[in-house]
Amino acid sequence: MIRFLLKGILRDRGRSLFPLLVVTAGVFLTVAFYGYILGMMNNMIRSNANLRHGHVKVMTRAYAQDIAQVPNELALTGVAALSDELRTSYPDLDWVARIPFGGLLDVPDDEGETRIQAPVAGLAVDLRTSGGPEPGLLGLAKILVRGRMPRVPGELLMSDELARKLGLDIGGKATLITTTMAGSLAMANFTVAGTIRFGIRAMDRTGLIADLADLRRALDMDDAAGEVLGLFKDGIYRSDQAAAVLRSFEGRYAGRQGEFLPAMQTLAEQPGMDIIIGRMRYATSAIVFIFLLAMSLVMWNAGLVGTLRRYGEFGLRLAIGEAKGHVYRTMLAESLLIGVLGSTAGTVLGLSLSWYLQVHGIDVSSIMKNITFLMDTVLHSKITPLSFVIGFIPGLLASLIGTAIAGRTIYKRQTARLFKELES
Amino acid sequence: MENGTIIRTTDLVKIYPMGEQSITALQDVNLTFGRGEFAGLVGPSGSGKTTLLNILGSLDAPTRGSAEVLGLRVEALPHKKAAELRNRHIGFIFQTFNLLPVYTVFENVEFPLLLLGMATAARRKAVMDALEWVHLADRAKSRPNQLSGGQSQRVAIARAVVKKPELVLADEPTANLDAENSHHILHTMENINRELRTTFLFSTHDDKVIGHLRRKITLVDGRVAKDEPGAGR
Ligand SMILES: Nc1ncnc2c1ncn2[C@@H]1O[C@H](COP(=O)(O)OP(=O)(O)O)[C@@H](O)[C@H]1O
Ligand SMILES: [Mg+2]
Repeated sequence: MIRFLLKGILRDRGRSLFPLLVVTAGVFLTVAFYGYILGMMNNMIRSNANLRHGHVKVMTRAYAQDIAQVPNELALTGVAALSDELRTSYPDLDWVARIPFGGLLDVPDDEGETRIQAPVAGLAVDLRTSGGPEPGLLGLAKILVRGRMPRVPGELLMSDELARKLGLDIGGKATLITTTMAGSLAMANFTVAGTIRFGIRAMDRTGLIADLADLRRALDMDDAAGEVLGLFKDGIYRSDQAAAVLRSFEGRYAGRQGEFLPAMQTLAEQPGMDIIIGRMRYATSAIVFIFLLAMSLVMWNAGLVGTLRRYGEFGLRLAIGEAKGHVYRTMLAESLLIGVLGSTAGTVLGLSLSWYLQVHGIDVSSIMKNITFLMDTVLHSKITPLSFVIGFIPGLLASLIGTAIAGRTIYKRQTARLFKELES
Repeated sequence: MENGTIIRTTDLVKIYPMGEQSITALQDVNLTFGRGEFAGLVGPSGSGKTTLLNILGSLDAPTRGSAEVLGLRVEALPHKKAAELRNRHIGFIFQTFNLLPVYTVFENVEFPLLLLGMATAARRKAVMDALEWVHLADRAKSRPNQLSGGQSQRVAIARAVVKKPELVLADEPTANLDAENSHHILHTMENINRELRTTFLFSTHDDKVIGHLRRKITLVDGRVAKDEPGAGR
């Protein structure tokens, strides 16, 4: 009997191939899509780490309290020694010093008089140590619009939008007016080496990227920095490891008073991050849920259609003397078989694609225009334990439930009616 | 039920509700059939022939009255028992949609025996015997779509009789066939009727069939209008 039914499944493509393809495709899309969403979340965390926070960030306690104001008068001092110590104690991480800064940019006319002024917000990073990690972390080569990277002291990168607004070309000169670490007025002359597109509105309106050494000189911040960021060398944020680094580092200063002592913050601890992560989780679940629902409806419908077109067969089998329960059970067994095979195939395919994207990624920078700061030019994916079941279980259930519901009509209807529908 | 009686209906009524109105398909049908009969329900389309056959075959339930088939009251049979009755004792032949298209001729005829749980060797023999009766042994491996209408109907007969049932219910079995094929399958059924003492009950409005009947029951608007001997031998 089982062989008899299997023959039927194998010979009737409408019964085997079509539903199998639907389930496989649905499960594949679900698994791949889920992996892709997780990959995207990962990328967002990566950008946040590279651009703003590192995986852990060291500041003074006072600076951390007031971080939104970019309070450079509260910056860390003795940064060289601190960095060396961090490198020795935590060799798994790269450590880079940065100075976020704000000020006024003054653009002179030919006579040297002020032509136009604009508020700016910048980030000073080590651009000139050859082979240093910063240009890579910030993806500067990708977002360069005009000009080139700074090579000599006094050169900086400016948002392309800001440069146009200020009427500055490559090689144009401007003066940064700000305050030194000690709180007195500071003025420093800069040359625009290149322009960049951040892709974040606030930064495109006011953004600068300058060299750390230049800013230290301008702000009297010799051997000082607002922040020292630590990033795991493989680029992956692991909250438990970050927390362990934090505990060990903070342990050294435990019980000591002083607002200029260093303090560490993990990526997840930065203000607002819990909300962002919460929102992303929420959005991910919502998207995945809607996707699952749509896929389930499609698969369920396939089950319904598959059953409806077989009314004649069921009627005949009942007339020949098969019991209703037996017909129903064979239908369920068939859909279980299709569901298991299709869900397995779909999961394997989806995981394969996700795995490829996770390990290699697909570089789409060549087909993307206007690449920005935050945009990832490499499609990534991520596999988690949930990836193994997120498509499999709905795939199985949807085909099973679709058939179960469609099959109930066998019970509801008089057997004779199953025939009547065919005769018309 | 006295010996030799295979079917007895008592004041059988079938009413189909149709919205506010209802259609009376059978009205007070009282009929008795003995073992080995070769009888037919005749009458115009809509006179209730199919409805009566379906009730006798336990595919449909009467609204009132009773139908005893092989000593069982079909109106009171649970699903399972009804399936068992059909499986063991009744063969069906329909006008169309008789065969499962994905299965070969052999497999179509084999199906009722699989349901009965018959052993492989016995099953093979029974199927081939049945195909011999209808002269289609050489087409055992064909698919239904490779057969003519007459051949398909002969396969349906083979499937109906392969388990040697007491009763075969045939609903307009020749409706889609030409004269030659109609006579051919009627001869086949007459032979089986004679050799196995299988009771045949037809529904038909085809004169070619009517000529072979040994008993002719005329239904008009769901009532038995005439019950007379037929021309068949
Ligand atoms: N499932 C049904 N629902 C409603 N009316 C039906 C149904 N089956 C049959 N009928 C009606 O019952 C009457 C008898 O039908 P049927 O037994 O098929 O007649 P016959 O087989 O003699 O042509 C017809 O009027 C037909 O329309
Ligand atoms: Mg009819």
